[in-house]
Amino acid sequence: MDIDLMMKVYPFFLKAAWVTVQLSVLTAILGLICGSLGAAARLSRHAVLRWIGGAYVSFIRGTPALIQLFILYFGGPQVGIQLDAFEAGVIGLGVNIGAYMTETIRGAIISIDKGQVEASRTLGMSRFQTFRKVVLPQAMRLMIRPLGVNINALIKGTALVAAISVVELTYTAQRYIGSTYKPFEMFLMSGLLYMVIIYVTGRAVTWLDNKAKIV
Amino acid sequence: MTDEKPFVDIRHAQKSYGTLEVLKDISLTVNRGEIVAIIGPSGSGKSTLLRAINDLDPLTGGEVWLEDTQINKQLPHRQYEKHINQVRQDIGMVFQHFNLFPHLTVRGNITLAPKMLKGLSEAEANALAEEQLDKVGMLERIDYYPSQLSGGQKQRVAIARALAMKPKVMLFDEATSALDPELVEEVNLVMKKLAEEHMTMIIVTHEMGFAESVCDRVLFMDQGVVVEEGPPSVIFRNPENERTKNFLRKHLASNKE
Repeated sequence: MDIDLMMKVYPFFLKAAWVTVQLSVLTAILGLICGSLGAAARLSRHAVLRWIGGAYVSFIRGTPALIQLFILYFGGPQVGIQLDAFEAGVIGLGVNIGAYMTETIRGAIISIDKGQVEASRTLGMSRFQTFRKVVLPQAMRLMIRPLGVNINALIKGTALVAAISVVELTYTAQRYIGSTYKPFEMFLMSGLLYMVIIYVTGRAVTWLDNKAKIV
Repeated sequence: MTDEKPFVDIRHAQKSYGTLEVLKDISLTVNRGEIVAIIGPSGSGKSTLLRAINDLDPLTGGEVWLEDTQINKQLPHRQYEKHINQVRQDIGMVFQHFNLFPHLTVRGNITLAPKMLKGLSEAEANALAEEQLDKVGMLERIDYYPSQLSGGQKQRVAIARALAMKPKVMLFDEATSALDPELVEEVNLVMKKLAEEHMTMIIVTHEMGFAESVCDRVLFMDQGVVVEEGPPSVIFRNPENERTKNFLRKHLASNKE
């Protein structure tokens, strides 16, 4: 293993890792927005909204994320959507993970005991008040861990945007392999940096989960 | 103790799920301050009837009135929600499984609805919570979470939570059925206390002894109809109907086991 080479190029990898972090954070935010809207649609009283939510989840989960990225980045200009690679990466991955988050959020909400809703409604609280004060606070606690799993998948999923030439960790590794012919070292370095990002994120999720414990 | 005008008035209540008729044309009036027990085998429709009173299980036919207000009005969605949220404030309900909000303390459980619906300030809501908790003997647990309480304590808090809305009538849906036997008494005592204060109560129960000692009237329901109705002394000591006799005999036997 060529340690000297790794020491020489690692600053470039750190820079790439920062791009991966930015991608991940923006994607997670967009994903949470899409997930919340998706869950709201899927749980709506209105059949049309339920259908839209269902179609969104089915389409995203039924097609490869890579194809979705290609549709957006390469197919987009054809229908008037001009995005640079980073923007397409964030939007594509965010909308993608949002579908998985839709199911996570929806699952947490519907797992709250019906008796909770009944107790709140019999006190005279409206549907919305019941949701905001009784259901959601409980559901939020339940969704921290599974959303953490979604975010873990999302971080690793950012590797896909190398295929549309965003200069993040995976793309950077490929680029240095081209000039050094050392794929083992280069991919290993990328992998280790992914691991650091995922480890830190995992700790943050655990911390949040513990903090949210009631007693 | 009671006046003539019906307080809770159920008129020709019907409820069916598809072809299954759960309630078959039941009428029941309860006067102000009256305490009515509904007994009967499981599946008899007694809980459904109780839950129809605040429209938690809407009827498929018939009317429910509280004083001069029809509870199960047919209204467009928005108006119905507004209407039902208003009338439910007057109807306290206690559930078999307590349904306390686990993310809130005892104080939070009690103050939530009064703060949101009646605009009580923090201080007013706290005073209200303390007053209600004192009544059910749970004041010293005001800052506990539900998971730190026993079943009997949870149910007493649930009663306090319902009372904090100052309801006109209280509905009890098998309030002691999920409790360990030694915890039943503390809840019964609270309910007796409410009875002494002339709270109007409708109680679905399996506790025949309690029903006999506290209630003014007992309804025996079976298969969606009221089979027999009368003062507890008659229903429990000298029931006329064969089905009532059978039910009480079986119930007595199973309690002795």
